[in-house]
Amino acid sequence: MPAELPLDPAVVAQARRLAAKAAQPVVDLARSHTTVSVERATLRLAGLTGADPDGIPWVNRLADAVQAQVGIEHGIALPVFHALKDFPDLDRLAHAAAADGVRFALPTGNDARAARERAQAAVQQGFDRIDRSRGRRDQLVAEIGDPSQRPWIYLIVATGDIYEDIPQAQAAAKAGADVIAVIRSTGQSLLDYVPEGATREGFAGTYATGENFRLMRAALDETSREVGRYIRLTNYASGLCMPEIAALAGMHRLDMMLNDSMYGILFRDINPIRTFVDQRFSRQVHARAGIIINTGEDNYLTTADAVEAAHTVTVSQLLNERFAHEAGLPDPLLGLGHAFEINPEVPESFRLELAHALLARQLFPDAPLKWMPPTKHMTGDVFRGNLLDGFFNLAGVMTGQSILLVGMMTEAVVTPWLSDRDIALQNVRYVLSACAGLAEDFHPPKDGFIANRANQVLGEAVELLGKIVDDGLLNAIADGTFGIMKRPADGGRGLDGVAQRAPDYWNPAAEELDRTSPDQDAAPKEAAR
Amino acid sequence: MSRIVRPYGDTTGDGMVQLSFTLPVPHDKRAEGAALQLAAKMGLDGAMLVHAKPIGDGYTFFVVYGASTHLVNLDEVKVVEKDYPHLSPKEVNDAIRERLGRKLCVVGACIGTDAHTVGIDAILNIKGVAGEKGLEYYRELRVVNLGAQVAVPDLVNRAVDEEADAVLVSQVVTQKDAHLHNTREMAAAFREALPPGRRPLLVVGGPRFDEGAANDLGVDRIFTRGTTPSDVASYLVHRLVTSRETAA
Repeated sequence: MPAELPLDPAVVAQARRLAAKAAQPVVDLARSHTTVSVERATLRLAGLTGADPDGIPWVNRLADAVQAQVGIEHGIALPVFHALKDFPDLDRLAHAAAADGVRFALPTGNDARAARERAQAAVQQGFDRIDRSRGRRDQLVAEIGDPSQRPWIYLIVATGDIYEDIPQAQAAAKAGADVIAVIRSTGQSLLDYVPEGATREGFAGTYATGENFRLMRAALDETSREVGRYIRLTNYASGLCMPEIAALAGMHRLDMMLNDSMYGILFRDINPIRTFVDQRFSRQVHARAGIIINTGEDNYLTTADAVEAAHTVTVSQLLNERFAHEAGLPDPLLGLGHAFEINPEVPESFRLELAHALLARQLFPDAPLKWMPPTKHMTGDVFRGNLLDGFFNLAGVMTGQSILLVGMMTEAVVTPWLSDRDIALQNVRYVLSACAGLAEDFHPPKDGFIANRANQVLGEAVELLGKIVDDGLLNAIADGTFGIMKRPADGGRGLDGVAQRAPDYWNPAAEELDRTSPDQDAAPKEAAR
Repeated sequence: MSRIVRPYGDTTGDGMVQLSFTLPVPHDKRAEGAALQLAAKMGLDGAMLVHAKPIGDGYTFFVVYGASTHLVNLDEVKVVEKDYPHLSPKEVNDAIRERLGRKLCVVGACIGTDAHTVGIDAILNIKGVAGEKGLEYYRELRVVNLGAQVAVPDLVNRAVDEEADAVLVSQVVTQKDAHLHNTREMAAAFREALPPGRRPLLVVGGPRFDEGAANDLGVDRIFTRGTTPSDVASYLVHRLVTSRETAA
């Protein structure tokens, strides 16, 4: 059990109330809009795969044709499944639509009823796949087992070539990694389609595709049996195709997904409304699939100062929690992020880090918190970097963090070498073993530096949440409250793929998810799936 | 005083260096011999293998110490010397106000797919870096920070609209030489869009650039690791205010 801070429960409750209030207008916005990616994700759940000779997926070609003819504001399921009556399958329909050979229309009466039934049956097959994947994960974890220690050790591979990633990931698992993340190619988040098939070239990462997901998961299943613990696989449900990637992840049994409510807005300049709509749908899919989300609070500290902006991390965690609960994600699937990014030249920086890490631990006791290593103050001095990573590991153990992303002393120099990874894992293993039960002995005094600092950050977070409630979250984002980035609601990429839902909007996937992923703050826990 | 130097361990002239590397062979006697042979070929005399550790299947990591047999003549080392005086923020502001008579406009961006704004933000954001405030802090500078992943044509258009005196571009992602391609593309786009007299000063920065490659890349100046906002501000004043005046 990590140490307990003397936080005032009334202040904590107030923080959550304010977060819920700040989130509500955005939730309303998300519920009243749809996006091209939400609609395409629905087609993916219905089983449409593959791409045209230029590599543009058929889900894009079909959705684009419907958008051009009848728009997406009614949902594209009815026009698509009405048109399907004249075609043997979605593939053939998509090919014809791409050749401009299909007239789409909103069906009415019996036609609408028939289209609705066809759509529901098709999408249900996607949900069945997701449910089977979840069941299979539960079964494998029961058979093979979880890692014996907390935190779980999280390692990144990123070669650009899935067939190179696979042996690297397997080697990393054998060297002690419990979670493998395959970093995506730079810029994938700004592609308005999901590439198809196995890919062998990427920039600073490997494309997220359904086939790459399948290949890596199969390889790690093999390794899991060898090493005697279930190795989890992580990718990124972010960027313009967040809902589709979430659907692919659910169907291909990924175990964790990076999925932050605001990252795309702040760091990729994706339109805020597009992001919040896509976010909600993708989180509902993750809830259905039993996927642990990882939020991206660590990123704010790479642009803002980690001491001055500590409370913005807390605010973002509370907002991420509320958005996640609303989308049906229970606490055990809530990998809220935070990071060890205070300038090591700041006096008492380690005590400050402990205070921030304990605050997060205590605010979210049932969430698998993700502890991110130093990056901003890694200078290329690999010797000092290794020491800093050691302190990062120590803070993680002392404060009971759940998922520890392994820091590399060559951060900011090269993508990790084989030896860098080995040295970094050695560092983690040493600290985890030397300090295994240290949390038990670590009780900072109730009126000491750490307790006072944690209370100060919580107080500043409550103050900022109050301001956000008054100004509106979208305005706060526009004003540069998070990570110093200023992002107005009518700017950014992907706005042309957003539509307000018409009164007759219908989407069988959204309907199913609203039914099966209830708001965790409204429903008692046992009512959750 | 000798201008010829060797590495220094704990005695002048001992030439001692440390080295670490991985060989794609399993750890055994032959692997250790291979590591020492490599060290000898790299010019290490009397190399000592102080650490050897197997990594995964078929790889071994080594740490080697030895005396370098190479010498360096300091007179033959070529560097880009700082060819402008270093100014404080106040001196920068005074120079612009008194001698330019208007605000100096700087447009900054990360171009291409690079989303790492840490470099451009360190130089431009008022927050700054290394205890120095960024260029936004300078009263006589007007800073337009376009942020991440800006397309080159958008950067050119904005620079034209703002009548920018200087364009600052930061490039952190270097996979497949993306930083070099992007910089060349940007320089070409400005050459195409504007005649020489009206082109803004083009400045790029990033940890993996070679300071001497400015001509090759078609830009006016390259800044690398360790650059602070006042370095950039001093350079801008030197090129756009002081030296232009003497030339005129």
